[in-house]
Amino acid sequence: MPMRCRKCRQKAVINMRQHRLALCKEHYVEWFQHQTERTIKKYKMFRKDEPVLVAVSGGKDSLALWDVLLALGYQADGFYLRLGIDEGIRYSEESYAKIKAFVEQHPGVKLHVVDVKETYGESIPEVARRVQRGKGKPCSVCGLIKRHEMNRVAYELGYPVLATGHNLDDEVAVLFSNTLNWQVGYLARQHPVLPGREGFARKVKPFCRFYERETAAYALLRGIDYMYEECPFSVGANTIYYKELLNKLEEERPGAKLHFYLSFLRAKEKERLFANWQKSQAELHACEQCGQPTSAPGRCAFCRLWPEDVLSKPEEAFVPLTLVAEPEAVK
Amino acid sequence: MSDVQKQAEKATVVLRRQTWEVEAGITARELLKKLNLNPQSYLVTRDGELISEDTIIRPGDKIRLVAVISGG
Repeated sequence: MPMRCRKCRQKAVINMRQHRLALCKEHYVEWFQHQTERTIKKYKMFRKDEPVLVAVSGGKDSLALWDVLLALGYQADGFYLRLGIDEGIRYSEESYAKIKAFVEQHPGVKLHVVDVKETYGESIPEVARRVQRGKGKPCSVCGLIKRHEMNRVAYELGYPVLATGHNLDDEVAVLFSNTLNWQVGYLARQHPVLPGREGFARKVKPFCRFYERETAAYALLRGIDYMYEECPFSVGANTIYYKELLNKLEEERPGAKLHFYLSFLRAKEKERLFANWQKSQAELHACEQCGQPTSAPGRCAFCRLWPEDVLSKPEEAFVPLTLVAEPEAVK
Repeated sequence: MSDVQKQAEKATVVLRRQTWEVEAGITARELLKKLNLNPQSYLVTRDGELISEDTIIRPGDKIRLVAVISGG
């Protein structure tokens, strides 16, 4: 007896053991979009009248998120940071091509693009080779630059909300890592919503309750052509190792990942876990150079990456390129 | 059974740059287990369409596995 869709009894294309729910293509897409809307409302992420900037990488999660938000009628524009990663597979170029193809299929949406090399003079791998922080692997430098630029662009272009495609597996891998190392500060901050404050857009993760296989399934079923290749620098990353480990647990105990994450959120909300720590660490300073909030007085970690003359260029040098989705206009 | 007949009983499975020939007649879930892949970490597609874990792999099927784990 083949697995049947719970709603229409047609042949199912996916079974979510943690929800004991099997669905056909049509009802899965409907369920996925509905659940995203529920998550947005449950955590009070944003309203329909607030413009949202979606950070897109060309991967399945961010393009699926953009697709869902547009389908639900949110005012969602994209932001892409060109990292300049090639490593023999034209990683950044291929990712950008996927995003442009997506934009062309959604007339009217906007895509804001910042090219790290054009704006700051060096690509991510080049900065990583020059500075101490990037020694060995550029992931730390890349994360720092991404966070800064996402925030800068959202703030400067007047988007009150920045949405990322982080899924439950991303969140659980981080939670697991931070628990293994008792990184209390990071645990205190981890939440589907980071409130906005002076200099910071609100950051939200509308996919935080979806398993990674669910976002991949959505992208496949919606025919979203995403970047299948992984960043060449992610090989051997701890996050991937933790995700594999947690999937072994999930295979034996369906729902283990979901329970781990939701019980953590509940403990923070109901038991006030880490609440005192959060208050004591709340003070931030404005960076002397860029004005973004930073944990210590002086220049922030991003501004310390670059020589002075790079950051003292005229303001126009930092304005993103904006593409509007009229097919002919996007080249 | 001739080599040609044996070949006809098999399905082709592709994951990135790897290809396997596997006996047909097993489910998609059994296929992943046979290849030592965790069903939580892969989706199974046939002719570009997502198939559920209980779908029987047929002789001659062209199966593409989609790794779902990403990030670094």
